[in-house]
Amino acid sequence: MKLRSVKKPAFPWFGMDIGGTLVKLVYFEPKDITAEEEQEEVENLKSIRRYLTSNTAYGKTGVRDVHLELRNLSICGRTGTLHFIRFPTAAMHRFIQMGRDKNFSSLHTMLCATGGGAYKFESDFRTMADLELLKLDELDCLIHGLLYVDSVGFNGHPECYYFENPSDTQHCVKRPCSLDNPFPMLLVNIGSGVSILAVYSKDNYKRVTGTSLGGGTFLGLCCLLTGCETFEEALEMASKGDSTNVDKLVRDIYGGDYQRFGLQGSAVASSFGHMMSKEKRDTISKEDLARATLVTITNNIGSIARMCAVNEKIERVVFVGNFLRINTVSTKLLAYAMDFWSKGQLRALFLEHEGYFGAVGAFMELLKSSEEP
Amino acid sequence: MATPGGTDRASHSLDKSITLPPDEIFRNLENAKRFAIDIGGSLTKLAYYSTVQHKVAKVRSFDHTAKGDGEPLYEISVQEEITARLHFIKFENTYIETCLDFIKDHLVNTETKVIKATGGGAHKFKDLIEKKLKLKVDKEDEMTCLIKGCNFVLRNIPHEAFVYAKHADSEFRFQNTHPDIFPYLLVNIGSGVSIVKVESEDKYERIGGSSIGGGTFWGLGALLTKTKRFDELLQLASKGQHTNVDMLVKDIYGGAYGSLGLTGDLIASSFGKSATADKEFSKEDMAKSLLHMISNDIGQLACLYARLHNLTRVYFGGFFIRGHPVTMHTITYSINFFTKGEVQALFLRHEGYLGAIGAFLKGAEEDNPNQYSWGENYAGSSGLMSVSPDLNPMQRARSGTFDMLEMDRLERQLVNLPLLQDPSSYIPDTVDLTEDALAREYWLYCFEEALDGVVKRAVASQRDQPEAAERAEKFRQKYRHKLQTLRHQPFAYGSLTVRSLLDTREHCLNEFNFPDPYSKIKQRENDMALKYYQKVVKSLEELSWDQRQFALVRGLLAGNVFDWGAKAVSDVLESDPEFGFEQAKHQLQDNSGMDIILGVFPFVRELLIRGTEVVLASNSGPALNDVTNSELQIVTERIAAMDPVIQAAVKEDRLTLVQSGSSSPCLDLSRLDKVLATVVRERSTDLVVIEGMGRAIHTNYYAMLSCESLKLAVIKNSWLAERLGGKIFSVVFKYEVPSKTQGQY
Repeated sequence: MKLRSVKKPAFPWFGMDIGGTLVKLVYFEPKDITAEEEQEEVENLKSIRRYLTSNTAYGKTGVRDVHLELRNLSICGRTGTLHFIRFPTAAMHRFIQMGRDKNFSSLHTMLCATGGGAYKFESDFRTMADLELLKLDELDCLIHGLLYVDSVGFNGHPECYYFENPSDTQHCVKRPCSLDNPFPMLLVNIGSGVSILAVYSKDNYKRVTGTSLGGGTFLGLCCLLTGCETFEEALEMASKGDSTNVDKLVRDIYGGDYQRFGLQGSAVASSFGHMMSKEKRDTISKEDLARATLVTITNNIGSIARMCAVNEKIERVVFVGNFLRINTVSTKLLAYAMDFWSKGQLRALFLEHEGYFGAVGAFMELLKSSEEP
Repeated sequence: MATPGGTDRASHSLDKSITLPPDEIFRNLENAKRFAIDIGGSLTKLAYYSTVQHKVAKVRSFDHTAKGDGEPLYEISVQEEITARLHFIKFENTYIETCLDFIKDHLVNTETKVIKATGGGAHKFKDLIEKKLKLKVDKEDEMTCLIKGCNFVLRNIPHEAFVYAKHADSEFRFQNTHPDIFPYLLVNIGSGVSIVKVESEDKYERIGGSSIGGGTFWGLGALLTKTKRFDELLQLASKGQHTNVDMLVKDIYGGAYGSLGLTGDLIASSFGKSATADKEFSKEDMAKSLLHMISNDIGQLACLYARLHNLTRVYFGGFFIRGHPVTMHTITYSINFFTKGEVQALFLRHEGYLGAIGAFLKGAEEDNPNQYSWGENYAGSSGLMSVSPDLNPMQRARSGTFDMLEMDRLERQLVNLPLLQDPSSYIPDTVDLTEDALAREYWLYCFEEALDGVVKRAVASQRDQPEAAERAEKFRQKYRHKLQTLRHQPFAYGSLTVRSLLDTREHCLNEFNFPDPYSKIKQRENDMALKYYQKVVKSLEELSWDQRQFALVRGLLAGNVFDWGAKAVSDVLESDPEFGFEQAKHQLQDNSGMDIILGVFPFVRELLIRGTEVVLASNSGPALNDVTNSELQIVTERIAAMDPVIQAAVKEDRLTLVQSGSSSPCLDLSRLDKVLATVVRERSTDLVVIEGMGRAIHTNYYAMLSCESLKLAVIKNSWLAERLGGKIFSVVFKYEVPSKTQGQY
């Protein structure tokens, strides 16, 4: 029999996912530090812990999603809290500089990173901060992280939810649910772009397709069309707008439903179709434009996801990614689109930690790598 | 009486601008009925049906008993024949009122009460049309019209569909018409996108769609760039760099994403770089990024639907595509990317006309247009224009003006030869001049050189008509202009081939009422040849079997030398009228005279004697000096009168004469008279002999049949001879046996 020595990795424990727009960072704060341990703890490790846990905002753009933190987690024999932090990829160099200033390299910790930025910034980490990254595949991390978070639950509540009565705006309500038997699932990750995976088990999955029309497109177009600067601003505008002033609906063309093809009059026939006319362009509000952009991108993702689900014969469609953060317009729209166009065959599922699974997956890889003899 | 082809004014100017007299555009309105109109966002497409009076050369046998020595074999008379033609005209909506006025002034037919209308603009112009034309506007469903039109062009126009390849030698790669056009997917990109699965003439279903379409490109593009016109947006896009606006895989990864096989240049997030307030983006770059975003998205959805429904033929249409090289390229790129080459994006030459054609067909159901086969009239059709401004600067000025398509009703249904080994891969033409630039240069030059001779021949065939010279001159101008157009746009009528050049010439001759310039020559030759028939047969009978077979083949080939189509031969024939059969034999198609009577008949006779049943197929209509079916009927009667072998064979139905359905010196085995196909099937034909340069060399040289075949011809063109590795007047004698394994010799 083989005795496995559970060798804990050295603190601090991080997992990082460097995406096209956002960097997602998870940090495990041990809550079971003994007095003895505290004494031995080197100063800069302590200062990192204090800096991260006592603030909810870092610099101008870093944010800790306090409402997402997972408490009382037991990992590798330690108990603590998993913190979720994000900042724009554009601030990556400042982050690396901070790593250098805090002399992070002296801690001899392994920095597990996934996402495209793990490749892109690898040499910057090395040259600027003397840090070696352990680069991890982003889709592996995404799936492992997702399954892990779902398995531990959200502080006693389910991680997963869906919308009841998605076709009825009056009675559409968010309902928690379990993802006990998650396979097969179609996993739609909406970041800057979109990746769609068919997942058959923890380690058996394939990338079915992807689309470049994702969260980055929504924000990029919104910035150009409305002059806004942030995702929050864009969503705020969108929540106040009316896309039917921008989009041409079936009823705008046919006067009502297009019965020959069973198309409802309220369906969008042409996104931004009204904007072909100068008069309409001159009277449109920024809010309407933001809403139309959001609806266009969301519907398109829904449509591609639905086709993939049908082609792959998968009924469970799980939407994740930071595009869905604070974005109930999109989550409800996706739920509606899946339900309506599949005549109730498909169900859209969502997860509370929508954009953080890659980072969690990277974090778990850190623990796994230390377990090996 | 109005001549269908020419008017007195400016027929040399085929530049279809508005300054052109409208009677050259709305042709033959006096005999028009059944109108249909498709009004789109910027273009109007008008369709109507007309009856065209054609002059045709008819042959009629004289009474057999009263034959004298000097008397010709048969009588040739030029008669009027009425055929049907479909006219389709496309013009900008701005001209709609002018055009309606013109139509009103020239519309004589009072039976016409209704005009079928479709398209988004039909509603807007309804009152105007009703007021101007006094016709009731009857609206038809847009999608139904589109599908009907699509079926019609796919069935009736060879080389309708093409693959677009921006950087290839020829931008357009035309597809063979598949014998069965169904099922297919039609992706119509209008302001939105409709994806329709078409399973049969009447069965189709909208299986999906997307709201991200041409309207999104236009609307969003107008917002982003402050550019109003769709064309201008495309112009902007063609000049932009999308990588300044889009976030690529390499922007995220610093390189390629190896484990997924995603290249660094792949777009990860459309407009992903524009999520910033600190930077200005150029109109061109934004337009380009938008174009990529929309094209990729449509391509992706089309692929998902094609895969789900297991369809490989996907046609793209709608105003977003409509002949724009930019969008055809991006859609093609997207389809290739998403299907890894399994599905090809197909486009249609007459895509813009589909709605009008369909609306017309809806209105003409009682005439059963679908019961007939139709053929594109090259003389009356503008052909595909390249809108790529670099290719032909003249084009830009022309695009957006008038464009025409005319289709002639063929008096028979055309079908595949049942003996084609694989109808779906059969390509009639041996050389594609669209792709072979050297050959194209040569043949265009060749046809231009031969034009004087053709004009002379045309005039000579109608010496009794004083205005023949004038008409012949118009023919010359029209055909020369066609040749010039084809030099710039070899893709105008599908793949350019020797056959299409010959057919275009025939269409132009017909348009100016020269139905059969060779009728008199054929008559003279037939007469002369008949006199030698018995002598030839007798001398053949005296030979031993071996010698006779050799002599028969030599006879077949010698007769084939008399080909007015080949300039080398027509030069000799024009200069030396004594140039005779014996000489031809020494120098060494079913041309008339020597060929048919002294070459083909002795050969047929030998086959009949050894117990073989023979089906003799000949052209339905005249082409050069090739024998037509009606001439052959008479010739056969006369030979039967002097040869009991032939007489018995005709009587016992062992020798059958059938028309091929063709009026060309070449032969498309995928468009043959249905009767011929039936006879071939019923008689279980086991040997096909194809004779002549047009039918066995320019076409069918590589045709693979499921039975034995013999292709023979004399190469009467030194350039072609050289290309094939021989000398002028070399002989091609190609005997092929189908191998058991499909597609292999």
